[in-house]
Amino acid sequence: MILDVDIRHEQGAFVLEASFQSNGKLTALFGPSGSGKTTIVNAIGGLVRLDHGRIHVQEQVLVDTEKYIFVPKHRRRIGYVFQEGRLFPHLNVRQNLLFGRWFTPRRDRKTRFDDVVDLLGIGRLLERRPSTLSGGEKQRVAIGRALLADPRLLLMDEPLASLDDARKAEIFPYIERLRDEGRVPIVLVSHSVAEIARLATFVVLLSEGRVTASGPAADVLRHPHLFVPPGLAEAGALIEARILRHEDSFGLTVLQAKAGPLTVPRLMQPIGAGLRVRLRARDIMLSLQEPVGMSALNVLPGHISSIESAEGASVDVQLDCSGDALVARVTRKSVEELGLKPGLAIYAIIKSIAFDPEALGAVKSPHP
Amino acid sequence: MTDWLSPEEWTAVRLSLKVAFVAMTASLVPGIAIAFALERGRFWGRQALDVIVHLPLVLPPVVVGWFLLIGFGRRGPVGSFLAEQFGIVLSFRWTGAALACAIMGFPLLVRAIRLSIASVDRRLEDAAGTLGAHPAWVFAVVTLPLILPGIIAGMVLSFAKAMGEFGATITFVSNIPGETQTIPTAIYAYTQVPGGDGGAMRLTLVSIAISIAALWCSEWLARRVGRQVRAS
Repeated sequence: MILDVDIRHEQGAFVLEASFQSNGKLTALFGPSGSGKTTIVNAIGGLVRLDHGRIHVQEQVLVDTEKYIFVPKHRRRIGYVFQEGRLFPHLNVRQNLLFGRWFTPRRDRKTRFDDVVDLLGIGRLLERRPSTLSGGEKQRVAIGRALLADPRLLLMDEPLASLDDARKAEIFPYIERLRDEGRVPIVLVSHSVAEIARLATFVVLLSEGRVTASGPAADVLRHPHLFVPPGLAEAGALIEARILRHEDSFGLTVLQAKAGPLTVPRLMQPIGAGLRVRLRARDIMLSLQEPVGMSALNVLPGHISSIESAEGASVDVQLDCSGDALVARVTRKSVEELGLKPGLAIYAIIKSIAFDPEALGAVKSPHP
Repeated sequence: MTDWLSPEEWTAVRLSLKVAFVAMTASLVPGIAIAFALERGRFWGRQALDVIVHLPLVLPPVVVGWFLLIGFGRRGPVGSFLAEQFGIVLSFRWTGAALACAIMGFPLLVRAIRLSIASVDRRLEDAAGTLGAHPAWVFAVVTLPLILPGIIAGMVLSFAKAMGEFGATITFVSNIPGETQTIPTAIYAYTQVPGGDGGAMRLTLVSIAISIAALWCSEWLARRVGRQVRAS
């Protein structure tokens, strides 16, 4: 197990009582602000002393209050990328990057400086001072600094929160590469579903200091009712696909998923490239017959696997489309009128604009 | 050049510089330690320590000099101990003048350093910790460089105070030419004798020149360091 957390911590009136285990390459802690995400990563990083509980990282005990074990932060070898970067203002970029290396035992210095500089594209910045860097550059340097200390686990506390969309787009690919290279497992704190859909392999949902759900990203994101506020409009299915062809005359790209072909606005990736696609529950309609004479391009046949009630008039219908799990949010009234029930054959209609470019994350090995 | 000041006046200038330099240097490490204790420490008696450190700022200098005389004089408890055990005599020596100046300048030194410690972003220290730095290293390579401007400011204040210290010095170590006569006490001595105006004026000019040079030097250093540690 990469990460095993079971903690109870009180901070004034706020009580954090969280327990989860993750083996994911990128574990995302998701929840609204005040749900305890940052407290958990601070506890893993050793910045917070817990009242009760234990934390194991890669089978190694970092905290166990029952055994009075508390490994101080400088001996944990847990990398931490902070929301605000926290670069040392009196050192230049190169010195910032090499800071952790001075304190890493020689035999553990596996990460090569040049590799990290290349990976993050920061070669031009090495002699500059942090105060002269843009927000996106600072975050890349902060990631590099954490990596060069050869951590056993990399914590990222909303590393993109302070950046605008353009800067986020600049960082996303680097985090994806880190995840896919798989040398160091990552724990990412986020309150953006788009971010998690694109990056996470494992998701822990938190609400008011408690874990409401945890599991592989595709499983958790498919259950909109788990999100707080319930049925958050952003929730939806996460499926993997690869690029089948580009239709340049229409400005479109056709993807192949297990469920069938999907048409999306023209993408830049080459044919054959793997992608991760998020289909929001609210963007999927259901039909009993194969629709004809309709403008929507994406229609996937499948079966209803289960029906989960959400809040108010809405119901989440879980679908199985040839192995890809989808979820549609429809009204209770529709469920009754169409007679929807588990096992029923159904067509899921997806408007092509429902593809959210932010969530079109790359994956290294899509299904064949 | 040497004709410009009389040999006695030169001696007073040299002695003043020596006393001020030693006072400043000797109080540096305790000053940083106490500034840290006052700013970050959570211990019993912190308030009392704060008051004691600041006392020389508000007490009449003569009172401080008197305390030094009864404490560090040959018959005083500390003075007799130092004299018997180590052969160190402070009263009526230039070392005593340095002690008096160090104590009078100490609150200024501590205040300046303490302010800069308070302005250090502790999250940077946390970040250094997660990168594997032991707390002692964090202090040496993160905290210390960040508070350097405050340390420089404190040292200049301490030096300037020592150059101008009069009351505590004259009370504790008197005004002995060649041993304890600093620029201020020499100027005072000149004003007490007929025809001493010339000497008083020359030493006053020297005093002004040294003060300006010290200020300029600290400004230059602070700007150099400040450029490096400006918040990112």
